[in-house]
Amino acid sequence: MDFQQLAAMPPIAIIAATVLLTMLAITVRRDFTLSCLLAGLGMAAALATAATGLRDAAVQVTPLIVMDGYGRFYMALLAATGLAALAFSHDYFKQRDGENEELPLLLLTALLGGLVLVASNHLAAFFIGLETLSISLFVLIAYSSDQDKSLEAAIKYLILSGVSSAFLLMGMAFIYARCGVLDFPGVGHYIAGRQHSDIMVLGGVMLVVAGMAFKLSLVPFHMWAADVYQGAPAPVTAFIATVSKGAVFILLLRYFLSTGSYGHSQLLNVFSTIAVLTILAGNLLALQQQNIKRILAYSSIAHLGYLTIIFIAGGNMAAEAAGFYLTAYFISTLGAFGVVAILSTAQTEAAEPAIYQGLFWRRPWLAAAFSVMLLSLAGIPPTAGFIGKFYVFVAGSDAKLWGLLLTLIIGSGLGLYYYLRIIVVMFLDAENIAPPVCRPAGKRLSHAALAILTILTVWLGIYPDYLMALLQG
Amino acid sequence: MMLAMLIGILFAGGLAAWFCERLHPAAPARVALTALAFDAVLLFMLYPLAADNSAWIADLKWQWIPRFGIGFHLAMDGVSLLLVTLAVLLGCVAVGCARTEIRHRQGFFYFNLLFCLAGAVGVFLAMDLFLFFFCWELMLAPMYFLIGIWGHEDSIRAAIKFFIFTQVGGLLMLLAIVALALIYHADTGRYSFDYFDLLHATPDPHTAFLLMLGFFVAFSVKLPAIPFHAWLPDAHTQAPTAGSVILAGVMLKTGAYGLLRFTVPLFPDAAQQFAPVAMTLGAISVLYGAVMAYAQSDLKRLIAYTSISHMGFMLLGIFSLNLAALQGSVVTMLAHGFSAAALFMIAGALQERLHTREMGKMGGLWPLAPRLSAITLFFAIASLGLPGLGNFIGEFLVLLGTFKVNAGLTALTALVLILAPAYALLIVRKTLHGPLSEARQCADFGSRQLLALAILMLATLCLGLHPQPVLDLAQPSLLRILQAMPPET
Repeated sequence: MDFQQLAAMPPIAIIAATVLLTMLAITVRRDFTLSCLLAGLGMAAALATAATGLRDAAVQVTPLIVMDGYGRFYMALLAATGLAALAFSHDYFKQRDGENEELPLLLLTALLGGLVLVASNHLAAFFIGLETLSISLFVLIAYSSDQDKSLEAAIKYLILSGVSSAFLLMGMAFIYARCGVLDFPGVGHYIAGRQHSDIMVLGGVMLVVAGMAFKLSLVPFHMWAADVYQGAPAPVTAFIATVSKGAVFILLLRYFLSTGSYGHSQLLNVFSTIAVLTILAGNLLALQQQNIKRILAYSSIAHLGYLTIIFIAGGNMAAEAAGFYLTAYFISTLGAFGVVAILSTAQTEAAEPAIYQGLFWRRPWLAAAFSVMLLSLAGIPPTAGFIGKFYVFVAGSDAKLWGLLLTLIIGSGLGLYYYLRIIVVMFLDAENIAPPVCRPAGKRLSHAALAILTILTVWLGIYPDYLMALLQG
Repeated sequence: MMLAMLIGILFAGGLAAWFCERLHPAAPARVALTALAFDAVLLFMLYPLAADNSAWIADLKWQWIPRFGIGFHLAMDGVSLLLVTLAVLLGCVAVGCARTEIRHRQGFFYFNLLFCLAGAVGVFLAMDLFLFFFCWELMLAPMYFLIGIWGHEDSIRAAIKFFIFTQVGGLLMLLAIVALALIYHADTGRYSFDYFDLLHATPDPHTAFLLMLGFFVAFSVKLPAIPFHAWLPDAHTQAPTAGSVILAGVMLKTGAYGLLRFTVPLFPDAAQQFAPVAMTLGAISVLYGAVMAYAQSDLKRLIAYTSISHMGFMLLGIFSLNLAALQGSVVTMLAHGFSAAALFMIAGALQERLHTREMGKMGGLWPLAPRLSAITLFFAIASLGLPGLGNFIGEFLVLLGTFKVNAGLTALTALVLILAPAYALLIVRKTLHGPLSEARQCADFGSRQLLALAILMLATLCLGLHPQPVLDLAQPSLLRILQAMPPET
């Protein structure tokens, strides 16, 4: 790889350079604000280069990476998400003692993994990206190691992630054994050249899917999600729920679209079963939770189930629908966890419903933002989540997936119950309970990020056309 | 433009009401009333346009989401004009009765009230199916807050039940809307959610029937018809008075309106095929609602069940698919809006004074509160369908129209003419007559409530004695629906 090729994929290059720069800066001077600033600048630059180059022609950079419109859009999305998560992390960790300087660094490396994932066009790049992402996440989850839940969550994630990577590698080995190539077009070429689907390739793809279903926390690979969401610090949870899941989903979609794996009808049956299970189990399990972070964990499982419907639908609409749905989901999830992060103090995570009681009358703007996010997750207009759900309906009807759409309707009905329950708690009278904590001072960055996210949620819900045009191009 | 203003004023008024709470505690109510007054003025300006008696009164079309051919398309014909008028009128009444009942968080209360009305007006005017669904859902969250925050003892459960029922029904409709738009796309190669485009979509009969069912379920949840009625008694009982007024007077009508505007015209063949089932459901709702009403001891629950009974008439009338029955349905919509709103106001006033909704604990109120009692009597007999009052005209026309189609069902439904007096007189006897159950004070209506109720009485009387203007106004739209129906076989 020479310099020219590196320059052809600016977001990845910028983030990689920022990683080095931040690491050097930490060795010179341990300053949390400084490393946050460096990381933020890097992410902003990556966002800017990805967004401005959106309409450029596709470039193949080495056999591993392809920079096309699809990849650039998601790079911009991931970089923006990273920025929001960084803003929340800054305010969240600022109030805690200890050496927090490596946190922005780890967010950067995780983001680097995500960027490589969304642009990878090759099974090797896929694996490299995934591992860069996962290994950074282990440490991030355990970052506030003084809290016992946090270590438990990290170890759980580490072990299960390791097992799923093993599945993934085995699957790749199967595919390579038959196709003799690792790049997606090559695999696609091999599959296209066969009349019948090859049992070995099919098995390989199945193993890859199993490994990725773990990252996406699709049922029955979802066991880790609630514990990890609960144990990780709130901004890190936001990052896992968005960047980690989103990047893997984007890659899966790219793999299937570019290798023509939709030809395996057995695979689609498997996916349909997974989608139904995920939607129903995610929503039903969420009903039984009290902890807000656990509720959001199961809600994100259910959302990945809805996304799987778009994935199964495939066709022309799939990329566009997934793009919109993911954007809406990213914004609302970030916002929801952002509220949790803002309300958390140095001692406690704001995960108990009691903390939210009467929030609307104490801090109306924060409660209003949280309500908007929850309504968006529930898919109620005028929020981005509604348009996302509309896209699921369009993609699903286009592919005539009536059974899955009916499951989606049932799931949404169930989901409404737990979202509304959180909203209700915020509107309850709080006169008889003392506010559990005094107002934590100065979380300006988080508030600013949350305000932007709220405005975006409503804006995309009322005027989605701009993003639609962007995705269509 | 005027149509967009009708909605926009309500939205802006809602926001203004919320923010001006800090200026003065009574300001939100005044702002809300002002916004409604502006809307009323706009409506007065629209009535003369309806005189030419043929086409759409007003039409407005802006691009919204060109990607899917979704437009911000509003249009008004006679039926929607009548229903928007009903919504604005009942909005004023609701503000009137909220001023004494709602004491805390007033700003947010009026915000929700106006947003709810704005959504309802949007539903009555939307001529783009996506926009229609958007407004349909927009009504839900504010109504949920109205019930949940300002409701009575068990309000949160009732509010969640209400939300989930309507939302699940609504998503079935969204599925049907999207499927219909995709069929249009397959036919013509372009996306459109416009009502007038989708009228020409050609789904095959089997698909059309399923899509029609999607719409039907959503609307009959809202109506509500048997077997989707379970949310209504709870929601009504728990809601604050103003919430009940809007819920019974305006939101239930969106269901009937949807059947009339979308289910039947979009799928004429399927609707005709389905009509016997729908009519049977309507007849069952009529009788079931009346029987259940008689069995209640909670005054608000009783009125809620009478709503189910009256809404059954609308379902029956709409699926009879002839002019008399359709006109009967439209008149019933208005008449039920007036009478149910008034009865809920009375129930709310009684609860405020006596701190109970149990009719067993009431009784003997006539000497204490003669004005309140007289008005209760008036609306009780309006609700039972006494000739000369609005409900009679509606029910009579529905039965007349239904008789041509299905005489047996009409005879069965007519039994309600015995059941309705039974429950209506039950209200009168248990609350007003008899000995005073315990020594208590009961203040009579004040002038503000009297004014609100006098308007409703006047409207009921006008509708009962001289319904012709309303019938004339609705006729062109109804005829257009009937022309599109397949010829009788």
